[in-house]
Amino acid sequence: MRMEENRVSFEPKLLGFLCNWCSYAGADLAGVSRIQYPPNMRVIRVMCSGRVDPEFVIQALELGIDGVYVMGCHIGDCHYLDGNYEAIRKFDMTKKFLSFVGLDNRIRLDWVSASEGVRFGEVVSKFVEDIKALGPSPLSGDTPDQELLEKVKAIREAVSSNRMRALVGRQRKITEEENVYGEKVPEEEFDVLMDQAIKEEYDRHRILLALEKDSKSVKDLGIELNLDPSIVLEHTLTLKSRSQVDFQKIIGNTPIFMRI
Amino acid sequence: MEKVGAVMVIGAGIGGSQASLDLADSGYKVYLIESSTSIGGVMAQLDKTFPTNDCAMCIVSPKLVETGRHQNIDLSINCKILDVSGEAGNFNIKVLKKTLYINPEKCTGCGVCGQECPVEAIDIFNEGLAKYAATSVKYPQAVPLVYAINKDYCIGCGICQGVCKAKAVEYDREDEEVDINVGAIILAPGFDEYIPPEANLYGYGKYKNVVTSIEFERILSASGPYAGRVLRPSDGDIPEKLAFLQCIGSRDYTGNGQPYCSSVCCMYTAKEAVIAHEHMHQIKPTIFSMDVRAYGKDFDKYIIRAQEEYGVQYIRSRISSIKEVPETKDLRIKYETEDGKVMEEDFNMVVLAVGLNPPNDNVFLAEKFGIELNEFGFAKTDKFNPVQTSRSGIYACGAFSSPKDIPDTVTQASAAAGCVNQLLYEKRGTLITEKTLPPEIYVNGQPPRIGVFICHCGINIGGYVDVPDVTKYATTLPNVVMADRNLYTCSADTQTIIKDKVKEFHLNRVIVASCTPRTHEPLFQETIREAGLNRYLFQMANIRDQCSWVHMNEPEKATEKAKDLVRMAVNKAREIEPIERIKLPVTPKALVVGGGISGMVAALNFASQEFETFLVEKQEELGGFARHIYHTLEGGDVQEFLTDLIKKVQSNKFIHAYTDAEIENIDGYIGNFKSSVIHGKKKERTEFEHGVVIVATGAKEYHPKEYLYGNNGNVILQSEFEEMLNNDKATNKKSVVMIQCVGSRNDEHPYCSKMCCAEAIKNALLAKEKNPDLEITVLFRDIRTYGFKEKYYREAREKGVIFLQYDEDNPPEVIPEDSRLRIEVSTPRKEKIYINSDLLVLSAGIYANREENEDLAKMLKVPLNDDNFFLEAHVKLRPVDFATEGVFVAGLAHCPKTIEDSIAQANAAVSRACTILSKDEIEAEGKTAMVIPERCTGCGMCVENCAYSAIELIDDRRFGRVAQINQALCKGCGACSGNCRCAAIDVLGFSGEQIFAMITGRC
Repeated sequence: MRMEENRVSFEPKLLGFLCNWCSYAGADLAGVSRIQYPPNMRVIRVMCSGRVDPEFVIQALELGIDGVYVMGCHIGDCHYLDGNYEAIRKFDMTKKFLSFVGLDNRIRLDWVSASEGVRFGEVVSKFVEDIKALGPSPLSGDTPDQELLEKVKAIREAVSSNRMRALVGRQRKITEEENVYGEKVPEEEFDVLMDQAIKEEYDRHRILLALEKDSKSVKDLGIELNLDPSIVLEHTLTLKSRSQVDFQKIIGNTPIFMRI
Repeated sequence: MEKVGAVMVIGAGIGGSQASLDLADSGYKVYLIESSTSIGGVMAQLDKTFPTNDCAMCIVSPKLVETGRHQNIDLSINCKILDVSGEAGNFNIKVLKKTLYINPEKCTGCGVCGQECPVEAIDIFNEGLAKYAATSVKYPQAVPLVYAINKDYCIGCGICQGVCKAKAVEYDREDEEVDINVGAIILAPGFDEYIPPEANLYGYGKYKNVVTSIEFERILSASGPYAGRVLRPSDGDIPEKLAFLQCIGSRDYTGNGQPYCSSVCCMYTAKEAVIAHEHMHQIKPTIFSMDVRAYGKDFDKYIIRAQEEYGVQYIRSRISSIKEVPETKDLRIKYETEDGKVMEEDFNMVVLAVGLNPPNDNVFLAEKFGIELNEFGFAKTDKFNPVQTSRSGIYACGAFSSPKDIPDTVTQASAAAGCVNQLLYEKRGTLITEKTLPPEIYVNGQPPRIGVFICHCGINIGGYVDVPDVTKYATTLPNVVMADRNLYTCSADTQTIIKDKVKEFHLNRVIVASCTPRTHEPLFQETIREAGLNRYLFQMANIRDQCSWVHMNEPEKATEKAKDLVRMAVNKAREIEPIERIKLPVTPKALVVGGGISGMVAALNFASQEFETFLVEKQEELGGFARHIYHTLEGGDVQEFLTDLIKKVQSNKFIHAYTDAEIENIDGYIGNFKSSVIHGKKKERTEFEHGVVIVATGAKEYHPKEYLYGNNGNVILQSEFEEMLNNDKATNKKSVVMIQCVGSRNDEHPYCSKMCCAEAIKNALLAKEKNPDLEITVLFRDIRTYGFKEKYYREAREKGVIFLQYDEDNPPEVIPEDSRLRIEVSTPRKEKIYINSDLLVLSAGIYANREENEDLAKMLKVPLNDDNFFLEAHVKLRPVDFATEGVFVAGLAHCPKTIEDSIAQANAAVSRACTILSKDEIEAEGKTAMVIPERCTGCGMCVENCAYSAIELIDDRRFGRVAQINQALCKGCGACSGNCRCAAIDVLGFSGEQIFAMITGRC
């Protein structure tokens, strides 16, 4: 019951990243046309939606923002030729990561043109409404969900990892044009690869965070992170080869790993 | 008389704006004169543009803002020309600036006057579909954003003067006459659309659901009267069955309309149909047309997509009348199907694709400027230079000289500017003003001292947001040393206040919380620069457009939001640093690749401005494609023109022409290229430096494999037929058949080659002139004699040339019979027709030189389209530019086009290039990406992600292989930064730190 009341009276804190040329201009036109919409969103202007680093989005959620909206020019309209295609790739990856922690419905990507003032008001209103229905972010308020916060931190580090940035950065080239062998990798094939990388990097960065506090065995990590120990082992060894973790000591028959 | 380094541009639509920007950027003072109260013309009224479906407002408004703010463009609205005297190089023009009853110096465009105005008048911008106030701007994003009182509607109640806090309303403001002295004049008054007369057969004006295409454009627009929903005017229902009627007022010999083709209607209709379906999926558009004239670059592909992806139905039938069904207000249309059946069908709404007329004041303009009009009332222009009017020193561009679309208008606008450059180059830089600014105060490493200026905007912000409270709040924020509030922060007196406060408080960061940075940031940046601060030490918080105006009913929350926005701006301001704009030297020389007409015209234009030019032609002779053309359809003598051109090029001391030459290498970037050429029989190698490149490599004629070409001597190409006719070798023929679209508009080459219809008609007319008894049959799919070329199509029919449409799925068959040919034709009605002929003439398409283009494209880092023609930076507004700066395109290398269009494009490319070559150095954008070499691993991902080829890998002495940003080319979009694996790239002005600071400020 309290939760229900909470939802009704709850005013979400939202953040928008708007590209300078279309969406920001659309937001201005909403103003000029005196379109009324709820005042929950604060806008950060960027030159292009392609500039929106996934880290920005995760950072906002980590700080307790209830929802993040990324807006750019309609496909084909990008002032910088194809920045919005870049935005799609980055956003899709971010969303997949967030689906592990149930926060994926708190971010949204949309295209608003400079003449869509009315539509700007509509989509923002809809976002406010949808986030209200979801209720406050578990990371907001004075007592954010610590366990979730750890997970989101892991996601922030994962999206900034070399591997994920390399995959996202190369994705268009490889699937739409050609790779270094002059071949085109089918979109579906790349998606499988991407999904796997997302899952792996998420787990690996959780392991890294868990080891940051104190050194642990593979089994302890498995229990703490609710992961199959065999998978934890695999990841831990990969992280060792990346020089991110190392053996600390062996207690009985169990090796203990530490963060470097 | 001495020449004057200033230019007057009449008409501030997209054409006039482009010409003004080109000239102002090339060192001339520009007087831009507009008759209405804001700039932008028809393009600002459009919803989307073909063939890319770009949002018109998104792409045009940055250009309009730039025009409105340019230091060297003196923009006057609501003007009338009174008198013109003088001659090329020195004209005197008397202009009447009609009063707006509002002082443009004081008006801030806040719009309160319009909201309080009790008079509702017809909204012209929205084509009468909505109401507006007598005190108004033309449209919400208008430039300049100055309100005007329309005296025709105003009842003089005086309310607007009372509510205007800026005291800008002055009822006693009078008209003003000014004398302006310029060296050249460009006329760009645009067109007026055809409006069906009162008693018309389409029921326009009588039936509510019959609208014109330009009215429909406003209906489609998201900022239009129906907010982008497609509704019919009679009852607001969605018109599921929507009909478009083509050629309304065009190709009309009845005297009600114009005999010429309006050139753009086929495409804008396809676009409107597509967008209507896109907005409301239940809408099923039907287009009634004669020929579908999709002759431009990538136009045919658009028509195919309209049919296949959007279900647009084409019916080849000209509709002569419409009846309304009184009960439903539906419209009944009678038409004939391709197989000859007569049908009657009801539609919910009908859009009339109205043609383009010359502007209503064409005769007035012609008289005032002393220029001739052609038989249709458009400006008469030179046969080979489509922007040269009949009077020297006066140029025309855009729809004033013939109906045309946006890219052609923009091209001509630049071409006119190119011709002005040729005329006035000695006076470049004599009349422009440059501000002297104080040296910048050194602030690096100092703790931030932030000053915040919060705007009431009259009551626009102050009426909803508690401005005093926000101001008080701002003073509590860390590093804020002062906060002030102003009635209008943008007014002239406030600029002085800001400058004083910078001095008094030793501010090193300034924030203005008011309207949108998109329009006002440059103004405030200029102010703080005048106060000695680097212009990037500035931040804006948008508390009007994105706060007070959109949360009018929630003032408390709006105040809360305004505080948040100010706090976020302060957070960012703490992180910002001065940015230095780098300056690059310019080598004032040009490289022109290709020695055909386009290349030679470009080279001569450069040379006449005394820019040293390198002209590189792969063949042994200059001349290119035009060497095989004798005349144009309009009667221009191509050979004479070409011979003259070659002679001028060869004798010009500023041109180094290399024939039998090949580009070996091109290195460098805008202003600073270095190239090498291998040329001549001895394969000599020459190296040179230059500041710009023009690509004019041309194209080739298709050599058909079909229709027995090459196997039967009686099957020839149009170019061969033209040669025969001009040498009187075809006199013994009795019957000639021509086949159109050979090698064009098929799966392999899906585009229209544009010139073949005109070529066929030109040759048919010449053949008929030489032998009136000759039987000529033209087998076609669509006859695409756009614009005034329609006249010759009609003439050919009148002279007895037979035009027969063939079924595109069953192309004609050719069977040799003794010394003659038997041609079997299937018509769209599935009838078979047999023709015996002496000669079969094939209209072969125009193909790109694939390998050559690919090689050159790689060297210049510019793209090709699917058909291997060069791809310009933007098909609508940057038709001769490439995304890579300093490189331009002209002529057939861009796409098939006429000689006149190639010449226009060549002059346009020169004009664009002059914006670079006219400067000793160019200033690059400050907000660029920046590599932190310690972090970079040299993976090269950013190199590929950059749309502007601005990043390359270099070998650094300390860091090894790392990425390096060429600040001359970087546009600061930040795509590289968001993708960098190592977080080694940041964007100045939008750095990760700065954005994180704003995110933190939100919480």
